[in-house]
Amino acid sequence: MNATRRVNVATAALLLFSMTGAVALLYAIDHLQRKAPAQDALYINSPNVLRRMSLGYSGLLADIYWTRAVQYFGEQHHKGSGDFRLLAPLLEVTTGLDPRLLPAYQFGANFLAPKPPAGAGLPGSALSLMKYGIEHNPQQWRLYYNLGFLYYTELKDYARAEEAFAQGAKLPDTNAFMPILAAQMAQHAGEFDTARMLWFTTYQSTKDPNIRENAVGHLQALRVDEDVTRLEELVAKYRQQTGHPPTSMADLEHAGFIHGTPTDPKGHAYKLMPGGRIEVQDPQNIFFITKGLRPGATTPQPPPVRKADAK
Amino acid sequence: MNSSRTDARIGFIAFNTFREAVRDRVLYNLIAFALLLSGSAILVGEISIDIERLVVVNLGLTAVSIFGVVIAIFIGIGLVSKEMDKRTLYTVLSRPVRRWEFIVGKFFGLTGTLIVNTLFMAIGVLLALLYTAHRFEKMDVWVMVAVYFIVLQFLIVCALALFFSSFSTPLMSAVFTFALFIIGSLAEDLRGFARITHGAGGVLATAIAYLVPNFSALNVISQVAHGDSVPGRLILYNTLYALLYSTMVISGAVLIFQRRNLK
Repeated sequence: MNATRRVNVATAALLLFSMTGAVALLYAIDHLQRKAPAQDALYINSPNVLRRMSLGYSGLLADIYWTRAVQYFGEQHHKGSGDFRLLAPLLEVTTGLDPRLLPAYQFGANFLAPKPPAGAGLPGSALSLMKYGIEHNPQQWRLYYNLGFLYYTELKDYARAEEAFAQGAKLPDTNAFMPILAAQMAQHAGEFDTARMLWFTTYQSTKDPNIRENAVGHLQALRVDEDVTRLEELVAKYRQQTGHPPTSMADLEHAGFIHGTPTDPKGHAYKLMPGGRIEVQDPQNIFFITKGLRPGATTPQPPPVRKADAK
Repeated sequence: MNSSRTDARIGFIAFNTFREAVRDRVLYNLIAFALLLSGSAILVGEISIDIERLVVVNLGLTAVSIFGVVIAIFIGIGLVSKEMDKRTLYTVLSRPVRRWEFIVGKFFGLTGTLIVNTLFMAIGVLLALLYTAHRFEKMDVWVMVAVYFIVLQFLIVCALALFFSSFSTPLMSAVFTFALFIIGSLAEDLRGFARITHGAGGVLATAIAYLVPNFSALNVISQVAHGDSVPGRLILYNTLYALLYSTMVISGAVLIFQRRNLK
């Protein structure tokens, strides 16, 4: 082996060694900084100042802030923290820099308004964000839908929800559910159907895995709430007809009220409790349910996401 | 015996690179401008409320970092091409100087220049701090750690400038180095983006995110401006990272320069 070749081989080996070492160290640095006490801060929260500082590249800066908002939410959720105080300013900066960044509005509608730990518990900020979005994107039915969704789910303001859905329904490019939702708001009818339609539309109209997972959870919870309501009505009806409460689900089946053993979305049979109440077997596995819980139990919330899910 | 001769040759090239760099008038202009900016931080601090120290540290260290990077790029990009243009490279290589020794010597010369420059600029920042607070405080130690991290940053920038200079024109080398500096400053966001990307795109994004230089972990200016401490382990990791990354880039430069047809 001549001298030049020896130098080349040694240098190539050194390059590979240092590259591996640098990547491993970078991984360690990332790990260290993730472990360090949270120093999340938004030093500049004025979209106007940031727009001027971006020298015209406000679109790129908006994308960076949007990524930061998603990461922030994921990290806080991963830590199991109910503190999402930076979510609203991050989304405001993002949409201020790029008012046409629609996913940011949808994310805001789903995670700004709900109470912690599911969200930031800021319905006012969520509403302001949607109104700002509509002002800058008046032809986007999704924003009217998000606004109506907020009025209905968080504020129970049927009149404003109807108004938002009706406005969205008038747009040339709209969703078939919009006029139906507007009509249902006007009637205050079919709570379960309305809620189901809302969450189904949410699921359909996004690609964001966080929003989709949240929608699936709510759809499952709706099914449980509806099943429990219906089964408790059947128990009452049985008691009325026979003069005594049923002792098991089999009694209801023999009386012709149900066919087979009713199960929850996870495949577990519902439990008939003494006194005629219906409970789910594993309440910690079905989030957001308001019925089928032990007396005094609170609505189960999703646990902090696993690391892989947070990505 | 042989290795001591190699050391002597590298040392000689490094010394000459340093001597040539400090002769450049533009260098002094840049340092003067950085010192002026650090001094003006006192003025800005006085017209704002309760953030004098914050402004001095933020503005002063940012000036040190940005002007240092400009100096590193400005000098680094011409190290090889200038020697080729003036045909001095052929004289050097016709003597018993190996090509890798030439690159490594140039790297040490350039980093030496940057370390001396940083020292002067850091003294300027410290004097501005002293003027503002009338005494040094315990938390000023962390300002020195931030300066140390800036030096580590320069180590990587010097290596990158030299790497591009080994096969490209000065203009293109400057563009490539500056672009990598910008990308590297956003490295944390880049890795965050890679974490939320799936499939082949995710693999590619992760590979890129880990291969570009990580300048974001080396920038603790806003942290120390607030008087926050810097973990000892981060100092160790960043030191090792900067050394390994520069070694990697200089190895790449050597490999390219070894194969380059200099006729």
